[in-house]
Amino acid sequence: MAINLNLSEAPIREARLGAITGYNGTLKDLVSRSGCGATINNCERSFSQTSSCSSGCAQTLLANIVDAAIVNHAPIGCAGDTIYHNIANHYGRFYRGQDNRNIQLINTNIEESDTVFGGAEKLRAGILEAWRRFKPKAIFVSTSCASGIIGDDIKGVISDLGEEVPIPVIPVSCEGFRSKVWASGFDAAFHAVLTGIVKPPRRSQPNLVNMVNFRGSAREYITRLFGRLGLEPRFILPFASVEELETISEAAVTATVCTTLGSYIGTALEEQYGVPYVKTIPPHGVAGIEAWLRGIAAAVGKQGEVEELIAEERAATVDDLAEIRRRLDGKTAVLGMGPSYAQSYLGVLEELGITVLHAASWHYDQRYDYGEQPPAILRAAGREEDVTFSVGDQQLFEIGNKLSRVKPDLYFSRHPGSSVWGAKLGITAVPVIDEYTAFGHRGLVNFGYRIIDALTNRHFVTKLAERVTLPYTTWWFEQDPYSFLEQEVI
Amino acid sequence: MAGPIEQIRNVCALGALQSVVAIQRAIPIIHAGPGCGQKLWSGLSNGNGFQGASYVGGHAVPCSNATEKEVVFGGEDKLRETVENTLKVMDGDLFVVLTGCTSDIVGDDVGEVVRSFKNKGTPIVYVETGGFKGDNYFGHELLWEAIIEQFLEKSDRMEQGLVNVWSVIPYQDPYWTGTLHAIADLLRSIGLKPNIIYGPGEGVASVRKIPSAQFNLLISPWAGLKTVKRLEEKFGTPFFHYPALPIGATESGSFLRSVGSFAGIPVSRVEETIKREEERYYYYVERSADLLFETRFLPGHFVTIADSFYSLGLTRFLINDLGLIPEVQFVTEAVPEEFRPLVETEFARFDEGLVSPVHYGADGATVRDELAKHKFRERPLILGSSWDRVIARELKGYPLSVAMPVSDRLVLSRTYAGYDGALRLTEDIYSVILGSFQ
Repeated sequence: MAINLNLSEAPIREARLGAITGYNGTLKDLVSRSGCGATINNCERSFSQTSSCSSGCAQTLLANIVDAAIVNHAPIGCAGDTIYHNIANHYGRFYRGQDNRNIQLINTNIEESDTVFGGAEKLRAGILEAWRRFKPKAIFVSTSCASGIIGDDIKGVISDLGEEVPIPVIPVSCEGFRSKVWASGFDAAFHAVLTGIVKPPRRSQPNLVNMVNFRGSAREYITRLFGRLGLEPRFILPFASVEELETISEAAVTATVCTTLGSYIGTALEEQYGVPYVKTIPPHGVAGIEAWLRGIAAAVGKQGEVEELIAEERAATVDDLAEIRRRLDGKTAVLGMGPSYAQSYLGVLEELGITVLHAASWHYDQRYDYGEQPPAILRAAGREEDVTFSVGDQQLFEIGNKLSRVKPDLYFSRHPGSSVWGAKLGITAVPVIDEYTAFGHRGLVNFGYRIIDALTNRHFVTKLAERVTLPYTTWWFEQDPYSFLEQEVI
Repeated sequence: MAGPIEQIRNVCALGALQSVVAIQRAIPIIHAGPGCGQKLWSGLSNGNGFQGASYVGGHAVPCSNATEKEVVFGGEDKLRETVENTLKVMDGDLFVVLTGCTSDIVGDDVGEVVRSFKNKGTPIVYVETGGFKGDNYFGHELLWEAIIEQFLEKSDRMEQGLVNVWSVIPYQDPYWTGTLHAIADLLRSIGLKPNIIYGPGEGVASVRKIPSAQFNLLISPWAGLKTVKRLEEKFGTPFFHYPALPIGATESGSFLRSVGSFAGIPVSRVEETIKREEERYYYYVERSADLLFETRFLPGHFVTIADSFYSLGLTRFLINDLGLIPEVQFVTEAVPEEFRPLVETEFARFDEGLVSPVHYGADGATVRDELAKHKFRERPLILGSSWDRVIARELKGYPLSVAMPVSDRLVLSRTYAGYDGALRLTEDIYSVILGSFQ
């Protein structure tokens, strides 16, 4: 199903990608039942813990576009996550040598009377203030549960502004209640950029790679790798400028570090402007980086150069990897991550000699925007051994129960607020917060040694676990971890 | 109508869920969309001193994760199911249902659902904290109104000397745990028995004890007044209101004398305590005096950008004890109109030359625009939040993060309250100054 940029908003992932947040079974079962035209049904939970919403994911991408501003049309609590976005902003600016600034975001402060009389006036005032205060190159208007339910006419307010605000003012539909898949917020942000910022190509930039990522810590590494192929990365969206985003339609290729993140914008740029989107597995671990680099090279006709580069990278890391595998041999793990990482890390951990006993994925897209199943899950399911696999929107009670039964040596998790719960159970928890963890051959080596370090000194984890109590009843630990997941209707 | 806000310094009414998390073994149940818990925890706890999830915060909080279905057809069934299963899965002594925007706009009858569990003997209350209703100062008082009305029971005996302590708002103030501990120590030092409701201690048992206290102590410019007044109405417990967070010798002494007098503690006991504490305190102050007088790194003027608890408390200490000059003060929360005169009076209680302008309900732009009007002859001391480190750099000031959001510091048991707290604050201020160039 093609992406439709004429729609005012990106349809949520449940509708677009058959995304689910409830499943319990095995990897092979999930893959076979969601491929070849088949669709698996979502299972609801009769008990759940607070997850995350689209608004947070949309804002985390948009708040760090360096010369744009956000008007968050919401009660003040919906801006609670902007403090973390500002931490990311300072971190990113510091390491890029950019000037020291706070994020440019205004919350319209929806109050009780606005829920009765509408919040249009406040939205208008917020947009005008954002323009006056920041003089940004673009303003994104992010919506909220409150603005959505009271039915504020965002587009009407924007169109009435006219010349008062002479820059693109773009709505971002990310009401929390609309989707259980917080990654729908990524698509909302990309949809806004694609419809409000990106311009048709005026020329082609044959060396330019749109590198879709979050914080971009591996910039130097990627710049070096791409340089060998005669390519230059442009990291988007965070820390890019509006002007840089205007011309992503001119790039030679779009690549991503996270296929959950990249699906919408990669596919849209390919369909709309003919910029090829690299649809390989993500670039984590040896198999990942090699497939990914080959995918990029194929798109720009650099097949010869890439083989030389891969051979060099392999040679530079082969001894370290052998040593790591020797030291991690026989270790077991559970992982809990967003879908792209959960799928990709099944391969990464195998390369390190670690056996995965269970994988939990925060959601699962049955297919990507270009119509195919995620490549990393197909690859993982192609292995001989099957593995139990669950899908849940970071339901910690399920994870805690599962961990207490499986008792792995390691718990790998990705998402703020998840790894600590493994540690509280006395399991060595290795958070994968940086999206470039295990990126490429060299990143895999660094990651391997980090795991070895974590297992070498377990004092903090052991002592913590001895002294803290988890907030669950004994009864709960005696139940099946997925007791509150409804039985699947097949 | 409140205007737009840049750089949030508090959250919405549902932020009261963190006050529940602060009571040990009390379990919040959020009836709202899927992102509220994460956003509020991120803002109040994780991005504010990195206070962590604790026993049942962060993503461990039960939540109905309302979707389109609950918005269109109502969320009562979903809530009933969530509560029923929470009671099976979560191990707690008090359950508090807090609603968000979705439920409050749609109009779910949450009271009806919660009463059905309460009637079966479950310790459960509900509070409607839809984010549009107000900020978390407001939500915090709604929470206590709910606990008072729905959970507390009249006590048949008053425990002499037992004092319920109401002061800074947990998590909103990243220093709350240490601060409540410091206040408890001050009260113990004159023979009172503090009942500290939040943080490490007795948990829900301390909540149950509230009606048997001799009196309620409110240390706050205004927030919490509704709660102590309600407790007086309902249980006949008198309250003592001390407006400023006591920081340093002057204010701690004044606090001990006034609370001692209210509680009927013999003057001699109070004075002995103050003398002992001051001797110890001034031993350290004497040692600090060499640095404070004899180096060139002295900020003459200071700015506070914090809520009224800290703006007022810090201003008193910096003027009365440290001898600095106030330049301008920002009170970041929206002080309700009815309490504004109360707060204004407190800020005016200084010698004429030491009264500074105060701006209420300040956001990022207020701070930026006002500070641009001031001419600083020396590098100013700027006590604010992590947002304010940017403007502090522009002004070549010395920034110290003391108010939400504090994202550049890990805060565990640190406090600036009392005698020792003031010494910590002095250390922190001068460490920022000394560390700014080496």
